[in-house]
Amino acid sequence: MSDLVSQDLNMIFKSPKGETVHALKDVTFKLKKGELLTVLGPSGCGKTTLLNITAGFLKPTSGLITLGGNEINGPGVERGMVFQQGALFEWLTVAQNVNFGLRMKKVEPKITEKKVEEWLEIVGLKGFGNTPTYQLSGGMQQRVALARCLINDPELILMDEPLGALDALTREKMQSLVLKIWKETGKTIILITHSVEEALLLGERVYVMAPRPGRIHKEYNLPFASRGLDQDLREIKNDKEFVSKREEILSMIWDMEEEIMGKETG
Amino acid sequence: MIISSLTFLIIFAVIGAILYGQRLIKTEKSDAVFGNPERSKGGIHWVVVGSSFLLFLWLYYSWDIAKAFYPKSANEICQVAKVRESMLSLKYLFPIDERQHKSTAIIHRENENIQNYISEISSNPNISQVDKDVFVNILGKIKLSIPYLTNEKYLEFETKNTIDKLTERINNLTEVFPSNNFPPPLTFDEEKQLNEGLSKQLGWGATGMEIPPLPETKLGLKYHKAADELRLISDEFFQIRNHNPQYKTLTNDIKSEIKNHRDKLNDNQELEITLLKEINKLNKRIQFASIFPPTTLVEFEQAVRNFDNVQKKEQGSIATKDALLFPGGTIVSSGPTCAEDGPGRWLPKPSDTFRIFADMLKPSVGFKFVPMFWYEMMGVNKIVGFILPDWIADIIPGQYPIHSSDGQVKPNFKSKVLDIVTGDFEAFKIPVPVGHIWDSFLRVFLGLVFGIILGVPLGIFMGLNRFAKGFFDPLVELYRPVPPLAWAPLVITVFGIDNVGKIFLLFMVSLSIMIISARAGASGTQLSKIHAAHSLGASRWQILREVIFPNSLPEILTGIRVAVGMCWGTLVAAEFLAGTTGIGFVENVARKYMQYEVIWITIFVMGMLGLLFDVTIRKIIDKTIPWRGKG
Repeated sequence: MSDLVSQDLNMIFKSPKGETVHALKDVTFKLKKGELLTVLGPSGCGKTTLLNITAGFLKPTSGLITLGGNEINGPGVERGMVFQQGALFEWLTVAQNVNFGLRMKKVEPKITEKKVEEWLEIVGLKGFGNTPTYQLSGGMQQRVALARCLINDPELILMDEPLGALDALTREKMQSLVLKIWKETGKTIILITHSVEEALLLGERVYVMAPRPGRIHKEYNLPFASRGLDQDLREIKNDKEFVSKREEILSMIWDMEEEIMGKETG
Repeated sequence: MIISSLTFLIIFAVIGAILYGQRLIKTEKSDAVFGNPERSKGGIHWVVVGSSFLLFLWLYYSWDIAKAFYPKSANEICQVAKVRESMLSLKYLFPIDERQHKSTAIIHRENENIQNYISEISSNPNISQVDKDVFVNILGKIKLSIPYLTNEKYLEFETKNTIDKLTERINNLTEVFPSNNFPPPLTFDEEKQLNEGLSKQLGWGATGMEIPPLPETKLGLKYHKAADELRLISDEFFQIRNHNPQYKTLTNDIKSEIKNHRDKLNDNQELEITLLKEINKLNKRIQFASIFPPTTLVEFEQAVRNFDNVQKKEQGSIATKDALLFPGGTIVSSGPTCAEDGPGRWLPKPSDTFRIFADMLKPSVGFKFVPMFWYEMMGVNKIVGFILPDWIADIIPGQYPIHSSDGQVKPNFKSKVLDIVTGDFEAFKIPVPVGHIWDSFLRVFLGLVFGIILGVPLGIFMGLNRFAKGFFDPLVELYRPVPPLAWAPLVITVFGIDNVGKIFLLFMVSLSIMIISARAGASGTQLSKIHAAHSLGASRWQILREVIFPNSLPEILTGIRVAVGMCWGTLVAAEFLAGTTGIGFVENVARKYMQYEVIWITIFVMGMLGLLFDVTIRKIIDKTIPWRGKG
């Protein structure tokens, strides 16, 4: 029973001027072990806040969030995180970045070394162990970040727009990699993205969030992620069903964005 | 010899490099338009030209080229300078270098003075009418005395005769000066004396700035002798007093009148007494100035002018050398000695500089009994005694031994430990560096190390913790903006003029820089990296050591680089202020004794050491933080 359960999460930020921002309002959801959830939404809808709460970097104003029945209270190894820019430690080599978590746990170096090699191979960076990370391209850096997170064997992987800064081609390759890892490890994954296509392609479940206050607006259960495991991603993208879903969500988000603009100018 | 070869080498290098550069320009592809930074790349040959040019400037303006090619030129110019010096007072009498005749100028000035005194006295309400009348009367008489000096008809025959004789002597000198008959053959004694002097005479620059004064060449001897004769003529001329009986009577009259009136004045009439003194001085000035009737000195003047022209003409090659090889100045004579006046004085000659530098580098010479940079054999016991604090022995339980009744002291464990911590034991010796350069280096190094050891943790703490930042900020911000040298008097008073004071001062300098840079580094850590470390299971201490510290390294190392520069500058100035060793101390002493070579050597050494520090740290930066600017 290592499901992620959130009940009536509320997050209210207070700015120093005294204005309050309702970043999350009554967010309730349940994520079963091994599910891949993508979260979509216009900027300012509380996607990242939700992720940070899940990771334990933020404490919700009210509500409860549990993983496997334990309340989340601070960051922990069982919830690995992958950041938008990788957030690699540029003073370390690829291997040193990947084994960071194990080193912190003071795992025996021999085991660490073996595991690092395994993971570098999985993410396609075999032989790059001694390369300094600042010499890697953006896509490779994200691979390192993935490996660094996964080597700790977390129950839940949180991804904050991990592919946002990559070019289209690299992005597609990385999407396949995420799907591959999801399938092979059977991890629970929450992935936040700006791209509707990516959300549909990767998400077994998709939450579309709405801003002001941040809340889950609509929930989809989609077949594309499972299909992406053995089908070419580009084919799926041209699928009629995929296209219609994409248009539906896009117009939904457009409407929300326009509403915000209206509020701001009005 | 070295310098003259070097001069030719420089000329060849410059010409060669320029020719090479020209050829390179012709063969180069011309796709590099103006503004293309590619155009500034390469060009070692221009570096050759630049440095050769600099070296040539140094050789030329320090007059080392003159010394290398014409080692006797300074001695010859010195003889000419003697003539110039001996004629100086004679020439000042006439409008040769000046605008007016000296007599004219004096009369003009003193007449004005008399007029000023009269109007000042008449309008002063604090002087009684009686005094006023007396003062104005005396001043009037002084004014009347001047014509007795300037009127031809009062000129005494004796005076006229003396002037004529002196004129004749100058004319004779002018006549024989160009010929080979001058100087007349030296007498046996004169020659013996001169040769003796010459055999003892050292070369140019052998004793610092000295120019050998005795004439070494025939041409030089000519000027030397002429200068002797002119000095005599000049002395005799200025003994002439144009005091004819009429003038004497009047001036004695004035004197007695001043004296009489002075006796009448009370001691508390300060104003009047001062005025009388001034009037007396004025009278004396006129009396002893060489005032003559306007036409009396016409022939004498002509004779001086003639000789001046002849001696200038006869200088020949000396004048050319002076103009070409002694830029920015010349050699001047003063009494029996000659000295360089111009860049030759304050810009030391490379030849002398290298010689003195090589001398100073010898450990047996050094500077002020301390070598520049050498080693010394030191017992390990002394080093151990210096490093280990003495209280280690004190905290060991037990008592120090007490002497027994038969006059013996039996050591126990406690006293043996004391022997070790105070260095009182036998040990082998190891070489340790000593000297001015080492001392300066060590001070900077220790000041910096202490600053880093304390400043980096404190800075990181301040960058992460609101309390620490708030608590230490006032302290740092209050002492940091003060120029470090402003603290020097205080620090030196408290910690002494030796190493401790200076190291503390440098510690203060580096501490603030290190705190600020470490703080900036720590507070500039990206939150996502901290989050990543947290979710990878790192503890607080691990995050500090593995993430925040390496992330702040670029800032810290840049801080160290800045701190080294600041420390180095402060140290030299601090050594200027006080101390007995160090490179700044050397410069300060050299300044007192006007040892320009040593001053330049210290400047050079400081530059090199500063460069060494900077290059070392730059190398360390490149090695330790290769990711900087690439993240």
